[in-house]
Amino acid sequence: MRFILRRLGFYLIAFWVSITLNFLLPRFMPGDPVSRMFARSAGQMQPEQIEALRKLLGVDSRPIWEQYADYLHNIVTGNMGVSITRFPTPVTEVIASQIGWTLLLGGTALVIAAVVGNLLGILAAWRRGGAIDSALPPLLVFIGSFPYFWLAMGALYLFGVILGWSPLRHAFTDGLEPAFSWEFIGDAGAHLVLPALTIVLVSIGGWMLGMRNTMIATNAEDYITMAEAKGLKPGRIMFRYAARNAMLPSVTSFGMGLGFVVGGALLTEVVFAYPGVGYQLLNAVQGLDYPLMQGLFLTITAAVLLANFLVDILYVRLDPRVRAS
Amino acid sequence: MTTYIDPSPSAAAAALESPTAAPASGAPAPGSAAAPAPRKPRQGLVHGLLSNSKAMVGAAILLVFIALALLAPVLFPGDPSRITDMAGLEPSAEHWLGTTAKGQDVMALTIHGARSSLLVGLTVGFASTFVGILVGLASAYFGKFIDEALSLVTNVFLLLPGLPLLVILAAFLPPGLGTVILVLIVTGWAGSARVLRSQALSIRSKDFVAAAVVSGERAGRIMFREILPNMASIVMGTLLACVIYGIGAQAGLEFLGLGDVSTVSWGNNLFWAGNEGALMTGSWWVFVPSGVCIALVAFALALINYAVDEVTNPRLRKIKPVSEGKAAK
Amino acid sequence: MTVSQVSFGSHEPVLEVKDLTVKYVGDTRSTTAVDRVSFSIGTGEIFGLAGESGCGKSTIANTIMRLLKDPAKIAGGSIRFGGKDVLAMGPEELRRFRWQDVAMVFQSAMNSLNPVLTIGEQITDIYTTHAGYSRKESLRRAAELLELVRIDPVRLKSYPHQLSGGMRQRAVIAMAVALKPSLLILDEPTTALDVVVQQEIMAQIKELQHELGFSVLFITHDMSLMVELSHRMAVMYGGRIVETAKAADIHTAPQHPYTQALMGAFPPLTGPRIPLTGLADGVKFHNIPDLAEVTPGHFVAPFAATDTASAHNSAAACGPATSPALLEGAAR
Repeated sequence: MRFILRRLGFYLIAFWVSITLNFLLPRFMPGDPVSRMFARSAGQMQPEQIEALRKLLGVDSRPIWEQYADYLHNIVTGNMGVSITRFPTPVTEVIASQIGWTLLLGGTALVIAAVVGNLLGILAAWRRGGAIDSALPPLLVFIGSFPYFWLAMGALYLFGVILGWSPLRHAFTDGLEPAFSWEFIGDAGAHLVLPALTIVLVSIGGWMLGMRNTMIATNAEDYITMAEAKGLKPGRIMFRYAARNAMLPSVTSFGMGLGFVVGGALLTEVVFAYPGVGYQLLNAVQGLDYPLMQGLFLTITAAVLLANFLVDILYVRLDPRVRAS
Repeated sequence: MTTYIDPSPSAAAAALESPTAAPASGAPAPGSAAAPAPRKPRQGLVHGLLSNSKAMVGAAILLVFIALALLAPVLFPGDPSRITDMAGLEPSAEHWLGTTAKGQDVMALTIHGARSSLLVGLTVGFASTFVGILVGLASAYFGKFIDEALSLVTNVFLLLPGLPLLVILAAFLPPGLGTVILVLIVTGWAGSARVLRSQALSIRSKDFVAAAVVSGERAGRIMFREILPNMASIVMGTLLACVIYGIGAQAGLEFLGLGDVSTVSWGNNLFWAGNEGALMTGSWWVFVPSGVCIALVAFALALINYAVDEVTNPRLRKIKPVSEGKAAK
Repeated sequence: MTVSQVSFGSHEPVLEVKDLTVKYVGDTRSTTAVDRVSFSIGTGEIFGLAGESGCGKSTIANTIMRLLKDPAKIAGGSIRFGGKDVLAMGPEELRRFRWQDVAMVFQSAMNSLNPVLTIGEQITDIYTTHAGYSRKESLRRAAELLELVRIDPVRLKSYPHQLSGGMRQRAVIAMAVALKPSLLILDEPTTALDVVVQQEIMAQIKELQHELGFSVLFITHDMSLMVELSHRMAVMYGGRIVETAKAADIHTAPQHPYTQALMGAFPPLTGPRIPLTGLADGVKFHNIPDLAEVTPGHFVAPFAATDTASAHNSAAACGPATSPALLEGAAR
């Protein structure tokens, strides 16, 4: 319980840091985003838009601590300002309409990559020098060397443009209404396969090699020798004794992996024009929509922190040594 | 990674991020404290790498790219992004890799792109590793409050998702190569600091360091002359990982249009390829070369990195077939 | 089923090891860890294997259970258990042989227990795998087993880190006798424990041996413990056996200079204080020949007279630094 509380405290600090960063950046950076934006949208901005922007980016005559308190209050109450590119929709609404797709894409890819990658790592370490152990690691390291978005481009070109097996863009066919019907779910699934597959391909190597190396270290432990001496069946030794222990560091590394996969998913979305927060991020960047950028950053950070916290809870379930203390 | 409060035995956690986390071989005997720390491990590392086929293949690929980057102005003189021919030409004898939708020579763009990409990658790699070394050593050496504070900052940076952080930093800074480098260092140092801290911590607890402290050596000298030389292999691994990160993250940032779009680099080549619809028009030759180059360089660095792991951690080495009749007693 | 003191060295050996050679094969050179070692253990007999760290004792133990891992390779010899050729067993036969016929208590109980499974789970999986009992029946038997080594059965739900060192080792011993094996290998079972707990553990093993009548291969570098417990013993040096005889004979009349040094490295618990003796600086034995019978049942590897001389001459002079390996044993 103490462990969980300490972790919770840490995540709150991390979130506070990201909020503060968000607050300070536009106020102290040498560049002047406000004038850049005014220049770009010369004359097209509504007075309310300008006013909202001023407040958010700190073109404000109030003392800084007052602005900060105001900013914190706004974030805590879920007020992240108004989007510029999709004026006058509030940032929270824009994000809410898209985050589901990102969770679907990122979540699917992450779970598949972690499960399959860890299983492959377990098998590779169990049969040192076997087919899986000698052929897969170099291959996966090579595939993993490609940037996420490039592999996505290649896959889209090959399977979408040339072979025509996969839809080219978006998360569902244009004109289809999102609904809980078989037709829609099937369509969304078909749009999901290729983006998810590219993320899995790039990230699976890291999972596999990490698990393989931990398993090799675990296999040298005395309790594995003892389990063998006990005449247990190989499958049981492999999973209940070796993998069960080797899993622990793998679970802890999930957090860091998560950050990378989120980044990868965002870039992949851009290539496939998948309507998640990554695609939205690109739009925000191109439209110099600073409020939306900041909102996306905070939302993604909060999601990653929350996921890490869930992983911590899982860790406590898995390691009795932490549970007891 | 979550070791702000490390629940698992640190060895197990460290084993994951790098198998070399176990203390490098040949820790000096306690008695040798006053003398400079032995340099044996490093020599062993270099020797081991030279006789490791993975390391050699990686180094060869890397050298080819460095040579191409240096020779780019000779091989393709003039501005690589100038328009040389018709737009969207397929690869031919005249344009080995065809032309872009604007009519630029893809080969020239790719070779010149190596300059910026390698420069940024190496700069980011060295700088992040340097920051990581400073933070890691200070954490491990001073301990207590300083360690707590530095670890907290490191873990916060490690946890904040990299790409969104990159995007918002890059968006608020004036565009340019310097910004890209700075932003990548800000987001990249934490990983190396964490790995180096845990390694430095294990060396810090060795007797020869305690002896150096007791004999009144200065903090700086102990950190850089006693502790640092004993973590050569892990510093090397971290450096390689940081360079890989630098090259990949630069490409991602530029692909989103957050770099300086006027420079020629692999990431910008891909940005323009995407912008000009190379995918939809079927001009694969525009986006394939830069991506393959990024992958090859990253792969080469990863190969060297795995070789470092293998050399320093015998357990990961390939099992050689039994050779009979050489019973040395 | 009780141990008959007369049965030791009986003519129906449980375990017969002949000319066993084990090598550690490296990239550039190989090391012979066990070199043409032969011995046998009779029904109900406690056979001790002594020697300094790194002399190959534990390698022999692991070889008997076929637990060797790369780069260790069996390079020759045979191991027969109750007439079966252990080295020829297939994977499934080997799996059944392990723990049912031969069980083993490892050096460190902390490290030989899986940290994420409860004691109960680690005992019951022996029963479910080998005896095919249901989970409930296995749990009932596991509780009995813990009572046998005087651990409260509520501990079945405990994880290894929640037990004390001595309790863990007793739990491991309980696991070892779960299937009533005919041979129990004890690989330095008390090294990591303090002296009081050591005594408890040894008493426990003796009691169980009385009750269940298994044979024991007892490995240690603690000579006094070994002489106390074993019927017959062998002394190893550099992968070879240099002397084997009844424990009492070795205790009273060690023949080989190395055995003498080993005996001399331990202070007697009672009687006047005498200076400790060890092997002299730089004394090493090379190319140790095969054993020869000196008196009935007492085998010694022939050695040159100079070896003895140098060992004895320097005996008084040799300080703690002369034979670290031996003294390491003594210090524990």
